[in-house]
Amino acid sequence: MSDPHLQWHPIASSSDLIPRHVFHAQLLGQEMAVWRADDEYVNVWENRCLHRGVRLSIGINDGVELKCQYHGWRYSNRSANCTYIPAHPADAPARTVCNRRFPVKEQFGLIWTALEDGGPFDWSERVLQGFETLRPLPINAPADMIISALGVADIPDSAEISWSQLQAEVKTGAVVLKGSGQFGLIFFVQPVDTARSVIRGLAKGIGENTTRHLRHLNTVLTNLRSQIETDAASKPAEAPIEPTYTRVDAELATMPDRGKAAADGTRVRVLSKTPTATDIMRFELAALEGDLPTGQAGAHIDVHLPNGLTRQYSLTNGPGETSNYVIGVKRELESKGGSECLHDVVREGDVLSVSVPRNNYPLRRDAIRSVFVAGGIGITPLIAMAKTLDAQRLDYELHYFVRADDHIAFRDQIDMLTGRVVIHTGLSPDDTSAAFEKIYAGFEAANHTYICGPGPMLDAARSAASRAGWPDDAVHFEYFKNTTDIDDSSSFEIALARSGQTLTVNAGETILQVLQSNKIAIASSCCQGACGTCKVAVIEGEVDHQDVHLTEAEKQSNAYVMTCVSRAKSGRLVLDI
Amino acid sequence: MLDENGAVDPIVYDLWHVISAIDDLVPGKVEQTRLLGETLHFVLDGTGDAQVWSGSADSAAKAQKVQAQIKYGYIWAVLGTPSRDIFDIPEFAEPGRRNMNALSVGVHTSAPRVVENFLDMAHFPFVHTDILGEEPHTEVVEYNVSYRPEDWEILANDCKFYQPKASAASNEGVVADYAYRVPHPFCAVLYKSSPDDAVRLDAIAVFAQPLDEEHVKAHLMLSVIDHHTELDKHIRLFQQTILGQDKPILENQMPRKLPLDPRAETPIRADKVSIAYRRWLRDLDLQYGVLPATAQ
Repeated sequence: MSDPHLQWHPIASSSDLIPRHVFHAQLLGQEMAVWRADDEYVNVWENRCLHRGVRLSIGINDGVELKCQYHGWRYSNRSANCTYIPAHPADAPARTVCNRRFPVKEQFGLIWTALEDGGPFDWSERVLQGFETLRPLPINAPADMIISALGVADIPDSAEISWSQLQAEVKTGAVVLKGSGQFGLIFFVQPVDTARSVIRGLAKGIGENTTRHLRHLNTVLTNLRSQIETDAASKPAEAPIEPTYTRVDAELATMPDRGKAAADGTRVRVLSKTPTATDIMRFELAALEGDLPTGQAGAHIDVHLPNGLTRQYSLTNGPGETSNYVIGVKRELESKGGSECLHDVVREGDVLSVSVPRNNYPLRRDAIRSVFVAGGIGITPLIAMAKTLDAQRLDYELHYFVRADDHIAFRDQIDMLTGRVVIHTGLSPDDTSAAFEKIYAGFEAANHTYICGPGPMLDAARSAASRAGWPDDAVHFEYFKNTTDIDDSSSFEIALARSGQTLTVNAGETILQVLQSNKIAIASSCCQGACGTCKVAVIEGEVDHQDVHLTEAEKQSNAYVMTCVSRAKSGRLVLDI
Repeated sequence: MLDENGAVDPIVYDLWHVISAIDDLVPGKVEQTRLLGETLHFVLDGTGDAQVWSGSADSAAKAQKVQAQIKYGYIWAVLGTPSRDIFDIPEFAEPGRRNMNALSVGVHTSAPRVVENFLDMAHFPFVHTDILGEEPHTEVVEYNVSYRPEDWEILANDCKFYQPKASAASNEGVVADYAYRVPHPFCAVLYKSSPDDAVRLDAIAVFAQPLDEEHVKAHLMLSVIDHHTELDKHIRLFQQTILGQDKPILENQMPRKLPLDPRAETPIRADKVSIAYRRWLRDLDLQYGVLPATAQ
């Protein structure tokens, strides 16, 4: 018999996967958490949380994510990516926190999986239509013993069906009983462990008087079970299979300072391109194969365009919206070719290369009050955030500032939000500032605001919040771009604490370029000090901050440097890389 | 873990372990328990001393005597030759405190898993919902850990956590201060701010009695500031509720033995103290109730 690890096995009945439930399955000693999301996708995962090993089969299926009972870690439908770690609400989990997934198929009322690559699923062609799924029957015996017993079993006739005339044929992992009539049986045997199995049967031709036939077959199988178990008990038992636990990614083994995103990317197809507001195009991007890595609320992707440019766009995806990435692209009047290319050149069906989602704008879910303030296309990351709070039934308010009604993007999605949404249309700069005064009146502990929009509006909102007493660490913002004139005239040394190298950054070069040309892997994205991807911790030295990502307090603390634009005031910077 | 000769890990074999709370015993009545896989019998004699022996239940005289002593209201026993004294809990002797065994509960897991759970704050909102924590207040802020292997002690201090119900009288949430000590591979002590006392801290210790590698009896010792307002049974009930919430989580933690391989599980900054604890067990080369790190 071929290696059972390389075969498909049934591990559950479809009816075991009731909505919002997690089913505990086991195959060849491997425990699995099996759950159906609201979009009907069936997830088969290693049955443990990556954090502290608690079984996910006791977790909570909220329809789009699985939440661990112990520390509330959340794992996304389909991708099994961890999307939230409540103990560190201000951080985005590293992308490599991802549970082990097993392949899955749903056929004949059964859920199938394989421990390794199951290869082609060849039952589809052999099993014709019209089978009833039998009640699963657990047996304390090895699978091969059960298969041999089923191959020679006498199945007594019932009133209408002469089961005894069926001819048994032993296949890999199953016994097929065929006859000349319209009825037949297939018994799949799921090897749970060395000495435990489950018979999962299909019966054909029992469409009339179904209950009576099912009862007859159940009696037959129950009697057979007694015989097989008696037989098995008289033979020496093999030791249970020692469970194996997948080791976590090496970079997660040490205590991470902050999640560092890897630099690899993926290719996507433009599934649809539709106008969503004046000058704003909505793009839906689908994976060429498999699933896309799940972005967390606030994450952006780099989109590599056919004309060689790279642009960053925030994902609007909420929890569970894992099949495609949805972004909004505004046509910039002073476009250097990025938005123009997406609007005018890229078409549905085109293939683009995108980065993995990076989240430098994480959403805290431990706030008492969350205030979202969006200007124009800045709505995109805030839609993802609002959906995330909706999914957890947390309260928020969303203020969306637009020039006119026809500038409201993603109207359909905004209408679906359950938080308080206020759309401010056509306000003058003064009226906008007055609106900010009102929004930010009265700061209390555990209030957080997230602002995304054009630079002048963002500056006004930040200063209104600051005047109303909102501390820096409660005001989260994301600029589209850095409009500061970068002064790159200085030259200085950088010492790399972990690798022990000293490098020189000359005028006209950036720290990032020097690191990358010395083959030091460091993720970067916008290269203009806006997105925060290339942030590095500073151990010693004074930083000449030129970015718009860090808050004033963060800049003063001198703890981090944006390597793509910022430089050294002192002659030397010691970096934690 | 047993070696080829059937000997238990010498580190734990030569340590004192709790085998019973005194409160639970009737003088003269012989009781039975297990320690490191070995069946023990014990009795409180007329003078209040504990007699402990292995082998048959008949009598202490006939069987193999096991060294025992009474401390903090518990019988401690050592199967081998004691390598260290029982660690100090100075609060136990302080006036104005109420000392008691809150509970002794069997848990189907290893002793180090119990200790690690005891050191963990991040689970409060999810496991002890509305008591020791509540969503959305889930953040574990930075705290300090000092690891001094030569002193057999891990210390964590400046730990803070938001708690919805700080005391029976209060309806408002407060940020509670915590500090932790790990003075024994299978025991830990936590110190927690008491809402009615600005200076002194309540002390709560867990003594995990290893019945075998994957079964423990967790004994919880309290040394709390005595306000003379609460009944013992209410204080006990509170702790029993807490452990009743932890037990099903602990019994669903796989593998049951604590994995010491750094790549077995995913630590985060909130787990600093457990990272130090696992490192200590690795440095001790402790084998019992753990999955040793594989050579890289």
